[in-house]
Amino acid sequence: MKSPVHLPDKQSWHDSDMLRILAILIVAFAANPASASREFTDDAGRKVMLPDRVERVFASGPPASVLVLALAPDKLIGWTRRFREDESQWVPKKYADLPELGRLTGRGNTANVEVVLKEKPDVIIDVGSTSETYTSLAERVQSQTGIPYVLLDGRLDTTPAQLEKLATVLGVPERGKELAAYATRVLGELREKIATIPADKRPAVYYARGPQGLQTGLAGSINVEMIELLGAKNVAGGERGGLTNVGLEQVVLWDPQVIVTNDPNFYRGVWTLPVWNSVAAVRAKRVYLSPHLPFGWFDFPPGANRLIGLMWLSDILYPDVFHHDLKREVTQFYRLFYQQEPTAAQVDTLLSEPGVAPR
Amino acid sequence: MILPRSRFPAGILVAIALLVLLVAWSFTVGRFAVAAGDVVRVLWASLFGEESGLARNVDAIVLQVRAPRVVAALAVGAALAAAGAAYQNLFRNPLVSPDILGVSAGCALGAGIAVLASLPIGAIQAFAFVGGLIAVGLVVAIGTWIGGRDPVLTLVLTGVVVGSLFGAGIALVKYVADPYNQLPAITFWLLGSFTGALPRDLPATIVPIALSVAVLWLLRWRIDVLALSEDEARSLGVNVKHLRIAIIVAATLATASAVSLAGTIGWIGLLVPHAARLLTGAAFARLLPLSLVLGAGFMLAVDTACRTMFATEIPPGVVTAFVGTPVFIALLAVAFRRAS
Repeated sequence: MKSPVHLPDKQSWHDSDMLRILAILIVAFAANPASASREFTDDAGRKVMLPDRVERVFASGPPASVLVLALAPDKLIGWTRRFREDESQWVPKKYADLPELGRLTGRGNTANVEVVLKEKPDVIIDVGSTSETYTSLAERVQSQTGIPYVLLDGRLDTTPAQLEKLATVLGVPERGKELAAYATRVLGELREKIATIPADKRPAVYYARGPQGLQTGLAGSINVEMIELLGAKNVAGGERGGLTNVGLEQVVLWDPQVIVTNDPNFYRGVWTLPVWNSVAAVRAKRVYLSPHLPFGWFDFPPGANRLIGLMWLSDILYPDVFHHDLKREVTQFYRLFYQQEPTAAQVDTLLSEPGVAPR
Repeated sequence: MILPRSRFPAGILVAIALLVLLVAWSFTVGRFAVAAGDVVRVLWASLFGEESGLARNVDAIVLQVRAPRVVAALAVGAALAAAGAAYQNLFRNPLVSPDILGVSAGCALGAGIAVLASLPIGAIQAFAFVGGLIAVGLVVAIGTWIGGRDPVLTLVLTGVVVGSLFGAGIALVKYVADPYNQLPAITFWLLGSFTGALPRDLPATIVPIALSVAVLWLLRWRIDVLALSEDEARSLGVNVKHLRIAIIVAATLATASAVSLAGTIGWIGLLVPHAARLLTGAAFARLLPLSLVLGAGFMLAVDTACRTMFATEIPPGVVTAFVGTPVFIALLAVAFRRAS
């Protein structure tokens, strides 16, 4: 099988090769309009026959919704859940008003297959894990509905590839190139500078979830990908796994230098509880609350929405190295990915929420 | 197996002495190494309002993390065991646990709704407590309204029905919860844990539990009368209906306080009173104290294991089941084989 070391090379070779084949296929089909389908190999290795023109897309989970919104929002037929009042201000009204169709696979299946069929999507997109479970779910839904189901690998470091592949599926290659170039640049700049940071300057980070901040992600969990990608040490990274409960005593023992949370209740409470005060991050006032509008910056959902979070968190973790102009970056990212440039006042509100601003 | 009545005082003293040793051991172990002498110094200093002179995090570990956890585990174990013992006598059935009338399902639904509304932890605990009381209140109201020739059976059936209704409510709450954020929070809550026990949580847990236990203790002689038929009980001057309500209120208060602090922890309410009955017989005046001590000890031992074995916590409900099942089977084998 593939050795892990060579994986990126093979992946990119694979991608460009695939794109070339697709290009040939598209040219071939253009010459022969009677044949209205093309083959696409998704990240689970499934060969999916796509219609020539994809106009209606059902995104089966939030990470897929985020990508479709960025690439071809007019093709999106609905959301997995309705936008809340405070979220809907950040995307153009016509997209925020799209109906709620439910989640089709992933964690918790709330969509009604008949509702999905009634909406007549040309393709179903899922972005996330490509494990056996999700691959078989994709097969099952595809055979039940007759709608091509594309499953893409949702890891953070593959974001540029996700954008290009999905752009191919959606028939918007130019847009895909533009966004992939942006994502590649963001990831590349971060990687380049982080590579120069010595091990002793890389902080130990604890990701606090839940109202008590006592749930966290173990090594390899999709929830803490950002910490790993930014080269910092996840204090709970000694074991591999997903989300887990930990004890306060263990957190004191880990003594993280930085705490990242997405729970405002925990952020408010952490300063008032004496025991948290014995943790280095709390004493140094290095506890940060990730913004969550319209999509989370750290974890919720684990999708391309985290690109802006990477820039934010890099300023927090390495204050001597990174000095992103966050107002500018937020404006640019939101315009590119959410189709609407936020007002200066909106950006200010977002960044001035307690716990957000890097110090 | 059953201790003679004359030996009971000695037996309970031994059990208490073992519990004290267990508490001392629990204080000195943990992921964060604190020397036993330092634990004593910190506790001693805090008792007299002095500074221990040790590092701040040692103070914090002993006073803010371990002490509340030890106290919470003792209180929750004692509460669940006492409620179970009372219910097993009330329903004249050794297979009854404290959530027979739906209290756990009610607590879980209350907590789930609070998580769904993104409320802080104090509100989640309050919602859980109120949810448990509402569930049992419904059961008692409906059961009394239906009446019937066997009121105990009516209550149990109503409890099963209302419990599954609340269970469906929990399923609905999980279904509509955000899968990335709220769903894990609800799942973790339902699994139960003492990780977040803080000193400020303790009064709201311990006061109702102490009150409930006091009520059960005062009713100890009358509870024994429940083993007789209703007519016989009445001839002894006991109002069975009022007694039943008093026991249900006390047991529900204790269980709801325990569950709202630590989540749903199974087995203790069923197993511990049963084990205590095998040791000392069904007389409630002896069953209650022994259940309290055994329940507190078992819960503390389990939670100490949960917090010390790995960097990540193990849900105590899982450990109680893994430890409880073989212990229970062994107890049954010893008791029943000897009897036959």
